[in-house]
Amino acid sequence: MITSEAVKERVQIPLATETLTAERTAYLEGLVSQAKIAAAVFTQFTQEDVDRIVKPMVLAGLEQAQHLARLAVEETRLGVMEDKVIKNMVASEFVYNYIKDKRTVGVIREIPERNLLEIAEPIGVLFSLTPITNPTSTVLFKCIMAIKTRNAVIFSPHPKAWRCCSEAVKIMYETAVKHGAPEGVFTCLESPTLPDNAYLMRHKDVGLIDATGGPGMVKAAYSSGKPALGVGPGNTPVYLEKTADLNTAVVDIIISKTFDNGTICASEQTVVIDDEIYDQVLKKFADLGAHICNEKETRLLERTVIDPQTGFMQPMAVGQKATDIARFVGLSVKPHTKLLIAPIQGVGREHPLSVEKLFPVLAVYRAKSVAEALRVCLDVNHAGGLGHTAVIFSRNDEVIRKFGQLINTGRIIVNSPGSIGALGAVYNDLVPTFSFGCGTGGGNSTTDNVNIYHYLNIKRLARRTQNHMWFRVPNQIYFNMNAVENLRQFTSRCTIVVTNAPLEQMGHVDIVRRHICPKTHVHVQVIPDAEPEVKVITQGVEALNFYKADQIIALGGGSVIDAAKIMKLQYESPEADLEYLAAPFLDLRKRVVEYPTEKTNRARLIAIPTTSGTGSEVTPFAVLIDKARGRKVTLADYSLTPDVAIVDPQFVMSMPKGLTADTGIDCLTHALEAGVSNYASPYTDSNAMQAIRLVFKYLPIAYEHPRDEEARCMMHNAACIAAMAFSNASVGVNHALAHAFGARFGVAHGRANALMLPHVIAYNASVPTKFMPSPYTQGYVAHKKYATVADLLGLGGHNTEEKVKNLIAATEQLLDQLAFPRSIAELGISKEEFERAIPELVKIAFDDPSWRSNPRMPLMSELVELFWQAYEGRGAAKKTAATQQQTV
Amino acid sequence: MATIAVFLNIDEERIVPALQEAGGNLDGSPGEAVLDFSSVRRIDSSGLRALEEFARIADEKAVKVVLRGVNVDVYKVLKLVKLTQRFSFLN
Repeated sequence: MITSEAVKERVQIPLATETLTAERTAYLEGLVSQAKIAAAVFTQFTQEDVDRIVKPMVLAGLEQAQHLARLAVEETRLGVMEDKVIKNMVASEFVYNYIKDKRTVGVIREIPERNLLEIAEPIGVLFSLTPITNPTSTVLFKCIMAIKTRNAVIFSPHPKAWRCCSEAVKIMYETAVKHGAPEGVFTCLESPTLPDNAYLMRHKDVGLIDATGGPGMVKAAYSSGKPALGVGPGNTPVYLEKTADLNTAVVDIIISKTFDNGTICASEQTVVIDDEIYDQVLKKFADLGAHICNEKETRLLERTVIDPQTGFMQPMAVGQKATDIARFVGLSVKPHTKLLIAPIQGVGREHPLSVEKLFPVLAVYRAKSVAEALRVCLDVNHAGGLGHTAVIFSRNDEVIRKFGQLINTGRIIVNSPGSIGALGAVYNDLVPTFSFGCGTGGGNSTTDNVNIYHYLNIKRLARRTQNHMWFRVPNQIYFNMNAVENLRQFTSRCTIVVTNAPLEQMGHVDIVRRHICPKTHVHVQVIPDAEPEVKVITQGVEALNFYKADQIIALGGGSVIDAAKIMKLQYESPEADLEYLAAPFLDLRKRVVEYPTEKTNRARLIAIPTTSGTGSEVTPFAVLIDKARGRKVTLADYSLTPDVAIVDPQFVMSMPKGLTADTGIDCLTHALEAGVSNYASPYTDSNAMQAIRLVFKYLPIAYEHPRDEEARCMMHNAACIAAMAFSNASVGVNHALAHAFGARFGVAHGRANALMLPHVIAYNASVPTKFMPSPYTQGYVAHKKYATVADLLGLGGHNTEEKVKNLIAATEQLLDQLAFPRSIAELGISKEEFERAIPELVKIAFDDPSWRSNPRMPLMSELVELFWQAYEGRGAAKKTAATQQQTV
Repeated sequence: MATIAVFLNIDEERIVPALQEAGGNLDGSPGEAVLDFSSVRRIDSSGLRALEEFARIADEKAVKVVLRGVNVDVYKVLKLVKLTQRFSFLN
């Protein structure tokens, strides 16, 4: 509600309190103290207690509606008594109807699917300013809301509506206390002054200012440093579009604009009418009792009801009847004229009637097109009405939606009266209110119809939630000697075998060819024996397209299988942008980028590993070298996982010793890291533990006796099983360190892992400096899981510390058996060179996503320490003995 | 162990008269005034005022006031009106 008088009064709210006497200050302190006690006592009330009080208050409001309306009109000389009765009844009955079944005490909402409870906490003491235009209805509304939410209120009515407001407060208070409300729950400031308001707005025990009034007061409320609900001014544009039901529209506008003589700030201010219906609409208005002003009358009207200095409406016109305004202006109108309608040609200071007019004077504008109509509505909206209310009459849903998108108001009322529509619950399902939030456009914190939920602190009790986990692997895995024979069952028109030259020379491709389904056209795509480059992928995709292949067989180590995964991705989804898909992520489920699901082509991917380490045949990962940019691109998505894995040990019988050791330790590292990962689950644990057991038993044999079929077979299985574990539980800090170190010094991945492994076990088994947030694990369990591994391996030990120590010793012994260098220094890297490399190594390791599932969050300083431990080598077990003193 | 100058079981229905009477009986003898709130489920505005007044009198007479068995809902009320610092609490 804005009147120029109100503006003048409210903008002058002083920020200091020097003008208050000691006596007045004591009086105000007494009010706050009383309200504070009442609010505190109120916290003990139950929902039933509260509801028992609210209902009789509502009934009292209804019983006293006429009495209060009469008082309001007598005192303020604004509005229409009959309409104020309706307002009082809406403020009581309609508001009650909305709140009666709402929970406002204790748990107010349970959201079991999100493990959330919402719990109401009262605000305490509210300081509430009420307007001159809707005095008693606003008081009734706020009292009922306050009791429903267990708050105490100190009211400061507009000085020119004090008597009627204090009577409304008294009626509400006596009824509330009679039915059990705490004493002092409502008070009404005696002879309120601006310094009083300023003092109370800043009082430490006032929890919230609820300011319904002019912009100055709202600004003062928001400037006080207190949480505030401030309700700003309006300037409601109305678009009367040519498809509208004109009879309904005209009557609705008259109802709304004449309701309480236009004092509701949501009432219509300027009606923009399509050219085609303009004359017809004006005639209907005239027929129903409106006076259409001619140009001369319009000039007279605007000079009288709008202050030429401020551009705001004149206070004397607010809430007056159309006939009284006409008489004052000097217009000759029929008796019982309801509304004065003034055609305007634009919006702004040069068109004075385009502003808010809280009296029955309505501006109209003739628009030549929809675009012009929308533009003028926007102009009105931005001429003092941002955030408040707008109205459209139309049957064209497209226009209605466009209007809704363009106009910035908290309420956009469709095919119904603006003022009563905005109040809610009468013409629509908006929440009933007597306070309109106007959003940031109106300098407010909300666009809502202010309601009970704005009088509550809503606390959210969030129970621990476990995200869904998964265990995803290819749905067909064939293993053991000669498992390649299973290729025969996969029919194919054309198959591309992706492999590398040494494997072809060894005759592995011929073995595969022999088992491919007969009549299949086979093309062999030989790629370099190294991590795939973009060029290699492009050539592979060209071959797939040329042959229109429906099956890809990847025969090789991790690099070959990775290449085939990426070829398949680009063949099936040519638009896939690898750079984009490789974007970093923290949690696969919440990753920003989405892998393509629409496929241009389809091909089955069968992976046949020829090493026993990476497990790429069952993983959703693929690494690509982007030489042009000098970087590795790591892709991770379950859509990359091969459709079929064939784990046939005949392809690894001739693996050299060094490769056997490197890949075998890579496999062990996968299993150990998956085992203690924060994403570990019983599903991954079973795989991780089994893989560890197989590696400790069979890796030394496969290393010493390469032709031992059982050992080769079991190590081949171990690699695949470990990969199933880490595909779903991920790896850890060991891989982050190894990736950084291996890339910088050109050390094979398995070997780099081996250099870090004992130190990482010791590190993860001791008390973390920083715990890794993880909803999946309960407490810190890494050390216990290492102990479980030690038990599984029969390493002995009387307690967790001893078992971890024995596991580290066993790991070191295994590394010795495999003739691994046991320190980075042994590789011939000088201390000075390593020292120079450390900052970059740490940076790269910290950027590596591998450690995100590590049970212990590595600090940069700890990464430095781990690198140095690996540099110096040995001693991890001894160090563990010391650090285990502080094991969890 | 402090001497108990006053021990009073507070009846929820008679908080105000009980506290007024107890306040009158504080004669400045050294010791503590122990008010047993075990049977008080809820406190109202007049009860709070009476409690505040009792605390004032006790302060004047240098008597320490101990509230025993205050339930958490009533404790929250005392917290909100900033009365908890005036008392000691005993479960």
